[in-house]
Parts: sequence; C-alpha cells; structure tokens
Amino acid sequence: MTAPAPVADDSRTVDLLRFATAGSVDDGKSTLIGRLLYDTKSLFTDQLEAVEAVSAARGDEYTNLALLTDGLRAEREQGITIDVAYRYFSTPRRKFIIADTPGHIQYTRNMVTGASTADLALILVDARKGLVEQSRRHAFLCSLLRVPHLVLCVNKMDLVDWDQQVYERIADEFTSFAAKLDAPDLSVIPISALHGDNIVTRSEKTPWYDGPSLLHHLERVHIASDRNLVDVRFPVQYVIRPQSTTVTDYRGYAGQVASGVLKPGDDVMVLPSGMTSKIASIDTADGPVAQAFPPMSVTVRLEDEIDISRGDMICRPHNRPSPAQDIEAMICWMDETRPLTVGGKYAIKHTTRTARAVVRGLQYQIDVNTLHRNEGATELRLNEIGRVRLRTTVPLLADEYRRNRTTGGFILIDETTNRTVGAGIIREAS
Amino acid sequence: MTQPTYRVSHLDALEAESIFVMREVVAEFERPALLFSGGKDSIVMLRLAEKAFAPARIPFPVMHVDTGHNFPEVLQYRDRRVAQLGLNLVVASVPEAIESGTVREPADGTRNRIQTPVLLAAQEKYRFDALFGGARRDEEKARAKERVFSFRDDFGQWDPKNQRPELWSLYNGRHQPGESIRVFPLSNWTELDIWRYIERERIELPSIYYAHDRDVVVRDGMLYAVNEYLKARDGEEIVTKRVRYRTVGDASLTAAVESDADTVQKVIAEVAATRLTERGATRGDDRVSEASMEDRKREGYF
Repeated sequence: MTAPAPVADDSRTVDLLRFATAGSVDDGKSTLIGRLLYDTKSLFTDQLEAVEAVSAARGDEYTNLALLTDGLRAEREQGITIDVAYRYFSTPRRKFIIADTPGHIQYTRNMVTGASTADLALILVDARKGLVEQSRRHAFLCSLLRVPHLVLCVNKMDLVDWDQQVYERIADEFTSFAAKLDAPDLSVIPISALHGDNIVTRSEKTPWYDGPSLLHHLERVHIASDRNLVDVRFPVQYVIRPQSTTVTDYRGYAGQVASGVLKPGDDVMVLPSGMTSKIASIDTADGPVAQAFPPMSVTVRLEDEIDISRGDMICRPHNRPSPAQDIEAMICWMDETRPLTVGGKYAIKHTTRTARAVVRGLQYQIDVNTLHRNEGATELRLNEIGRVRLRTTVPLLADEYRRNRTTGGFILIDETTNRTVGAGIIREAS
Repeated sequence: MTQPTYRVSHLDALEAESIFVMREVVAEFERPALLFSGGKDSIVMLRLAEKAFAPARIPFPVMHVDTGHNFPEVLQYRDRRVAQLGLNLVVASVPEAIESGTVREPADGTRNRIQTPVLLAAQEKYRFDALFGGARRDEEKARAKERVFSFRDDFGQWDPKNQRPELWSLYNGRHQPGESIRVFPLSNWTELDIWRYIERERIELPSIYYAHDRDVVVRDGMLYAVNEYLKARDGEEIVTKRVRYRTVGDASLTAAVESDADTVQKVIAEVAATRLTERGATRGDDRVSEASMEDRKREGYF
C-alpha cells in the first residue's frame, strides 16, 4: 500500500455524510467497515499490524477485522461490540462518519444512539439466512428515528454462488416489510464484504445487478435536501453580552440553526413570550453573514430590546411551534435499573430547554420484531419502545419529529442518578 | 442574482458542531476550563472558543498539566497565546507534586502516568466541573468509543461500559458535586481536518510542528530528540535529522518523524499520504499494552 490516500482536495466543497451500520451479530458488519476503510486507504499500517498481532496471539485463523472496531477490553474478551464506535474515512467527494453500532438486542439503545444523527443507515443481512429479527428490528428503529436513507446490503453473496434469485427474494421481502414502515428512500445492494465485491467498484460477479457499488451510492446519495429549510427554528443557546470597554451594548443570541433560513430584516417572533421584532444582523466571529441555515452556529441580534434567555426560540410569526405541556411521544427506554412507569417523574431536555415531566399514560408497548402493539403494558423496560403521554412543567417549543428532528426529539434524565434513561420522539404536542 | 446554495462544507459542519458543544458547556456548567497543552488540537479548540463567544472574551480559564518535560518552543507559544487572548492560565505542575510528595517519579523517568493524579488534584482544587479536552475519536480505538460529554465519577474515572447514551445533540451534563464531565468538542475531527482548519484559519503553531534539524536517537524504531529529559543510552548513536512533530506531549515520550514539510500545505500533503496514525508513529506511551489508553482513561486521564 504505497499509493497516497485519496483526500478531499477542496475542503470548502466536500460535504459530510453520517451513517450508522446495523445488522445481526455475524452478518459481517465489522468486515464491511474494515473493507471500506481498507479500500479507501483509511486504514493505517500500525492499526492493521496491531490487529494482526493480536489475532495471531489469540490463535485466530485469519486477521480478525472486528478487532479494529472493538476497542475495549471487555469487547475483545467477549468478542462482541458493546458500545457505539465512531470511524472516519474520506474520498475526494465526501467525508464520512460511521457510527458502528452493536448488533445484540441488549444494546438496542446504542443502535438508537447511533441512528439519531445518521443521514443514512446500512442494514446488513447474510444472504444465506435472509431477513432475521434483527434486520426487521433495525429497520424499524431507523424508520422511527427518521433516518432519511436506508441501504440494505445483502452480504456473503459469494456463499450463495451469486444467485440472483436469492438476492431478489431477500430484496422483495425487505421491501414489503419496509412498506409498512416510514422509509423514504431504500436501496438494495448485493455484496461480499470479505472479497470486496460491489463495495468500491461494481463486481463482475453480479451482471444482473445494475445499481451502483456501495461506496458510489454513499458518495452520491443526495442529502442536502434532507435538511428542513422551511420552518425557521432557532433555539437560543446562550446570550452573548461582552463585559468590555471596547464592545459596548452588544447583546446577541447564540445558537445553532435547527431548521429554516434566517436573514437580516426578517420578521421574527420569540417564544414563549410571543414578542416580535426583526433580525438586525446575523453575526459570526468572521463577520456578519447574509443568511443562516442548518447546521450553522451563529449569533442573532434583534432590532428591539426584548428579554430573551436560554431555552427560548426564535421563529417566524406565522410559522411557529405551539408551546405545549402535553406531549405524545414514542419513547425508547434506556435504563437497566428502573423501568418507565406511569406516574414516573423525570427531567426532560428538549433543544436548549430543560424542564420536568411526569408520565401521564402508557398507551402501548411495541414489539419491535413484529410491530405488534401491546396495549396491556404497564411499564417500559430496557430497550423497550412504547407510546406515552407526558405532562411537562413548562411548555416545550415542540414540533412533530417527522417534520423536525431537532425540535421533535428529547431525552429523559433520571433526577436521582442523573443518567439519560429515555429517548423521545414527539408525535403530537398540544 | 445567484441562487442561494445552502452549502455546508465538512469543515463548516465540524466547526458548527464544536461551537455548539462549547456553548452548551458554558451555558450549563458553573466552572468549566479548557485543557491546553500547546499542542495543535488544543490550539484549534482555543480558536473555536474564540469564535463561539465573539465578540466577548473566552469565558473560562485554561489549564496546562505540566510534566516539567516541555519543549521550550511549546511553553513560549503557550504563554504568548494566553496573553494574546487575555486568558487565565492554571498550571497543574507535576514537578511540584513530586516535590511535595503527592506523586512519586516512576523509575523510568517518564511522567505520563503521574499526570493523571496531578490533573485530578488541580480539578478538585479549582472545582472545575467540566474540562474541555482536545481528544479525537480517530486517534485511538478506546477514544473511538468516547462520548462528546464523558461522565467521570468523583475519582475522575471513566467507565466505558456505563456511558450515558448520547442522542441527537442533547448532551446530558448533570452530575453530583465532585463528579465532572470531560467534554470533547473535536470528537468528530480527524488529524487531516485539524490541519486543514489550521490552514484555513491561518493558525500559528509552535515551530516544532514544521520540519527542522534536530539531534535524535533511534529507539524502538522511533526518533527521540536528545535533550535534558532524554539522554542517549549506551550504544545509541546521536544523529542529526530533518524532523517534525505530529503530536506534542511529554518531551521524554514524544517522538518526531522524518520530514521535509516546512509549511502547512506540505504538512497536509504529508498527513494525507501517511500510512501511520499519529499516535502509532510518535507516542511511546501508547505502546505499553493493547489497552494502555483505555487503562489510563479509566484512571482519569482525558
């Protein structure tokens, strides 16, 4: 390997794609990631040598690429992935962040963690086994978290002699399952991660497949329009007021644009007060800008002196979230020690606003394998998902999650242990 | 009129994310501080902090955990930069801790491991409840598992099996008195991103990052500078080589790489083409065992 790594030659035009990998334990996830890193020259000699040495010392018959991603002692001891690992590689077209999530059911919460920020999810299936529970569960989680693009990788095609019918049967089965979900964009690719077929380049072994290689797809899938550029939502994160003799009377509202496009001169409304003003300027350390859109971190100044603090939201007068204290949400429970129960009280963090919430009702718990709704459920335990009704102490400036991943998501925190115990996806707010 | 493009380059996206993280910390914590070693990652963090709070000053102090084994160029840089930005500098000194008997100098003279108790003692003394660290997930396999907000118990310990799930950009910084959070705004940056950002922002670095001639010995296949903290051993030959540093750490543990790259553009080309990670190429401390980084993080290292 002497060829220089392909690097983005212009850092101003190359964009960023975040993807999560999913799939069952032995479906070849680590091999696929190792292959992507290796073939894009993103694997370093010392990393590879370290893995080879450990593999040899353990008596593995071949270099175990899973050791590249399983970095913790406990993971290596048990040979399983416990926690999300993040990996990075780039091509001249794009930079990629991989959230490598564990396959085991007991780590569903980590899958949810990895998918919450993903633009795309790869779901691996073993061509010999076809769809298994885990494939369905992960597809469901991806749809729940509104990962905009799904790619089903039918792996180990070499072990079924590149049989087109095997591939199509799995593709059909998955497509009809996905039809019941909310999966906006689905692609299916036949691959062999071990041998590198259809990973970086199209394979000669699949003349019947006319789609792109996996990397080609990752490089070109259109993500720019996944952002919501319509609904202006600017959660105020921090108020900048310099105590300085050179900068006087500066009062700026710092934050990251959650959605929409802000411009100087725009009429805005500040929630929850409902006061209105105009944007005087949008500042950055490099000077004022003509517009701000996601995911820019900027500082907004208004023409009028209004009392605004962290947790407030700047939006447009005729397009605003409704401040709501009654929230209907899907919750993925993440705490192993105590289940979510009706009447339970938690801290809730939503955008930059923190409040307290009480669970008013549990409508159903959903079986993530069959999508069956268990309406008799009385609690949600670790890794269980259900629909709940919450009442909050202060209004949340919330949108439906399907319209807005930032203003539609929240976390629940146990106030005695301070642990993050639940991930919430808002369905309705009133 | 041209159509608006709403284009966001990957560097812009990384910068926006890091700024968001820094503002979250300042909004939610009582006493944050930034760990500043004079290395390129902490230098980039300072730039991001400048940007996050402009036109106000950076609203927290910086802390240097000083092993006493410093490259002089790096110390000069540290003091100059701190003065330029008008920051408070807290020095947590390993030599002072050795002097007072709170830590004992290891037999091999390397001080990496005893940095941790000195860091934790300073954190306790100043009651820092959040510490920004420049660690990146691409550096090392244990760091690849690290959260952006990393919870530490009141011994400063990291428990990799018991990390808080981190969803969307909703960071949970809650903690009891004594406990703290390490915050890694550069989690998603790679070595190459750091260098491209240094180029884009025209950030000055300590001169040891660029090619220069230096007396070195070859030890364990790495090039160690000969200085007052590291002497040639019997049988080791001192040679002058054209080198630069990819990381800046304890001068007794940090190796140089052979290089002619004397400008930021040349460094970028070199980093883009290298087949060795920066830690694999230059850090003796990571070679102790398969899990040495994980073990040090468990003890409270960042």
